[in-house]
Amino acid sequence: MSDGLDHDLVIVGSGPAGMAASLVAAEHGERVLVLDEQRQPGGQVFRAMEKNDAASRPELGDSYYAGSKLIRSFRRANVDYRPGTTVWHVSSEGEIGFTQDGEAKIVKAGHVVVATGAMERPFPVKGWTNAGVMSAGAAQVLLKEAGIGIENAVFAGTGPLLYLVVYQYLQAGIPVKAVLDLTPAENYFAAVRHLPAAILSSGKLLRGQKWKRRITRSNIPFLSGIRNIRICGTGAVNSIEYLVGSTWNKIETQNVLLHQGVVPNINISASAGCDTRWNERQAAWTVVVDEWFRSSQSRISVVGDGAAIGGAVAAQHAGYLAALGALERLGKIDTTIQTKLARAHAVALRAELRLQPFLETLFRPARHMRIPVMDDVVVCRCEEIHAGQIREFVGIGCSDPNQVKSFSRCGMGPCQGRFCGHTVSELIADIESRPVGEVGYFRLRPPVKPLRLSELATLSDLPKVD
Amino acid sequence: MAVPSNKTGNTADVIVIGGGLHGLSAALHLSMQGVDVTVLEKDYCGRHASGVNAGGVRRLGRALPEVPLSVAAAELWQNIEQLVGDDCGFESTCQIKVAETEADLRKLQHRSKELQDLGFDHEEIIDRKTLRKLLPAVNPECVGGMVVHGDGHANPFRTVQAFRHRASSLGAQIYEGAQVTETDRRHGVWVVRTANGNRHEAPVVINSAGAWAGRFADQMGDRVSLRPAALMLMITARLPAFIDVVVGATGRTLSFKQFENGTVMIGGGFEGQANLETNQTTLDFAGLATSARSAIAIFPIMQKARIVRQWAGIEGMMADGIPVLGPSQSEGLFHSFGYSAHGFQLSPICGKIVSDLVLTGSTDLPIAAFRADRFNT
Amino acid sequence: MFIDVSKQPVETITVTFEGEELCIRSGLSIAAGLLEAGIIHFRNSPVTESPRSPFCMMGVCFECLVIVNGIANCQACMIEAREGMRISRQSGDGSGLTGTKAD
Repeated sequence: MSDGLDHDLVIVGSGPAGMAASLVAAEHGERVLVLDEQRQPGGQVFRAMEKNDAASRPELGDSYYAGSKLIRSFRRANVDYRPGTTVWHVSSEGEIGFTQDGEAKIVKAGHVVVATGAMERPFPVKGWTNAGVMSAGAAQVLLKEAGIGIENAVFAGTGPLLYLVVYQYLQAGIPVKAVLDLTPAENYFAAVRHLPAAILSSGKLLRGQKWKRRITRSNIPFLSGIRNIRICGTGAVNSIEYLVGSTWNKIETQNVLLHQGVVPNINISASAGCDTRWNERQAAWTVVVDEWFRSSQSRISVVGDGAAIGGAVAAQHAGYLAALGALERLGKIDTTIQTKLARAHAVALRAELRLQPFLETLFRPARHMRIPVMDDVVVCRCEEIHAGQIREFVGIGCSDPNQVKSFSRCGMGPCQGRFCGHTVSELIADIESRPVGEVGYFRLRPPVKPLRLSELATLSDLPKVD
Repeated sequence: MAVPSNKTGNTADVIVIGGGLHGLSAALHLSMQGVDVTVLEKDYCGRHASGVNAGGVRRLGRALPEVPLSVAAAELWQNIEQLVGDDCGFESTCQIKVAETEADLRKLQHRSKELQDLGFDHEEIIDRKTLRKLLPAVNPECVGGMVVHGDGHANPFRTVQAFRHRASSLGAQIYEGAQVTETDRRHGVWVVRTANGNRHEAPVVINSAGAWAGRFADQMGDRVSLRPAALMLMITARLPAFIDVVVGATGRTLSFKQFENGTVMIGGGFEGQANLETNQTTLDFAGLATSARSAIAIFPIMQKARIVRQWAGIEGMMADGIPVLGPSQSEGLFHSFGYSAHGFQLSPICGKIVSDLVLTGSTDLPIAAFRADRFNT
Repeated sequence: MFIDVSKQPVETITVTFEGEELCIRSGLSIAAGLLEAGIIHFRNSPVTESPRSPFCMMGVCFECLVIVNGIANCQACMIEAREGMRISRQSGDGSGLTGTKAD
């Protein structure tokens, strides 16, 4: 390539945001590389779309199958799509390090669009590391990709995805032992003030209501107002205890499916130096972006649930806008064209996000479900660090997550803080009575996924960093 | 912990610029003599080279002028708990330099003789058999090496905290988030201002600002050639225990250490890029790939290793690879910087040297080679 | 129990887990295949050697690490199960080199 670049645009992630961005860029003649560690396009929300059809698997639902059109367009587009590649590094200079077929490669892009999506919010409760405990998202992946249902599991938590999966299980005829709804009662009152805006998104609202109504009318025990849970078993789950009022009750089960919302997967963005911000209503770390989804690093855009949670349809519109932003920055379109092409998507995006304040308020997990009160709850699953240990380190003066990490190894395991980072930030903020935004998050470094030394050793013919 | 900088004026006997290990060591030794010390650290103590190095405690392979200091420091390390009230995670085992080829071995033998001629015998040449015995996992093609028994490693972050706490308990005032913006000498007193508007005064200043020390040296009248560098390190996920000593190579740049929890740190002096204003570093993957190949070449078991973290620490490198340590030509100013990625082990003694210089004007240890003005032609 | 609701004709492959032969549906990830076969205990955690199962099924939790054909630290949810694969639990220090019944 005469300009020293391997590609004009590199897109990390082939979920709705990534696919939409790549279509727009390709239409404008850009050399687009799309990297995704999954083996098929669709991200998590449209996972395994190419394997499923509405006739034989109707339980997956209309909003799932609505994604098939985008995937077909993506397959037809003139992009270099590489499934099964793991990105372990994105630099602020537009360098991307990834592994493909056991070999490490580095490419240089004119612009990078990070569309890595969301992941489950940590759910630090007693016993959550027991074998047999999975996330509701995991159950949905199994349902979509493998056509596997988990019989007689207890679902626990809050959030639309929880109800959706139970609804899909009902439709598929998979028996559910019980649903423990931990949505805090006070959230209903707090969410009321966002109802007027929510009414304008009545379609989405009614859909959610439909799932819940179907569940409560079924013979699945649906228990609301649950204040806390404890998962029991020595090694493998044998039961789950739940707190109603001041009484603990028990349900026997070998599988517990937890969910209390999703949070952006910010590891790539943060390690590339993109500014992040704590969003108090969402109780999540988000990536700071402008209206074109450009981050604080001029060569990097972050879009979709990987920047801030907004759902699949919003992600798709945002993906279009991010690509337009990148094209303008690369000088491939002028601002007039950019504004013209963006208009419909910007309007649609705003409409899609109207329900967010309501959803975020209603399904905001209770404080004690995000910040464990009991010291013996595991916070860092990888290194098995408990809340009490973290409190001790803060007590001896560790006032930020990185100092806690240096002392305790919390956040140093293979998941690189994905399942403990939010908890640690909030825990420190709680102990020190400081705002979470000020406490900060782990300082993230490459590789953002573990990289085999033998793969790194294969790296050769590297582009010069300017 | 950090004493908030909410005073507008502060006087002390000595101001130390830079709260890394060398600054804290100077502060400690001075405080031990009853001197009133203020330490001004722009980020937090141990944020840069001091807190993120490989923790090697070695006399092995030192540049010749550093050897007497290193030997003196080694004695302090053997009793570090007495000095700072914490063992700093120091493990006294040994450090080994591996010779992969006969040419490497000849180089080591030449060096060993050089050192013996100066009266030091801590570096011992070992043959292939002994190397295999000390390092069973080493590539069997390696022909021998050099070992220093009693060398070892410590926990850098813990060491910084220990020096800091001890200094503080003896009266040193340590300010974090206090970036020095101006230094000015008036009527025999240094006036030092920080970014948050505070002002400190003292007749003596110690410049131990690491990669940033060159700027202060220049400002305060000593031209030195200090280059900021981003030295890269990698850490792996756990591996079964296969070495308990720190290892370096001869013919290539590599340093290698396995922690008690099984993770391995691979360093070796390859550089990325550093930005002194933003504390940001950029990695150079060609260098990391070379380090990866070196690690696998010397320890084949590393084929199975996975890297979980790569980073670069900002360090100040001197053109001749040895520090600037000693009095400035300017009155009331002393330097202790430019340790060029190997200052950790020296820190306990260099603080004492600085303290002796401040209080008596001289030190027992030979520091002529470290003069600030050695770059003047 | 993990049950098949795919409504597809069942084709199977044979793999071994901990030295024992296992018949699983073809086209599944190793994690999905093992779960459907009733295996919930995938590895032992490094610090306390507690049994762990997959948690997220999307490659971010690193709970599903197993040894595949002698290579440790494979994310079972990210790799498609293939005929003849030898799979075993990863143990203790996470290196896999002390795994039970590894090849």
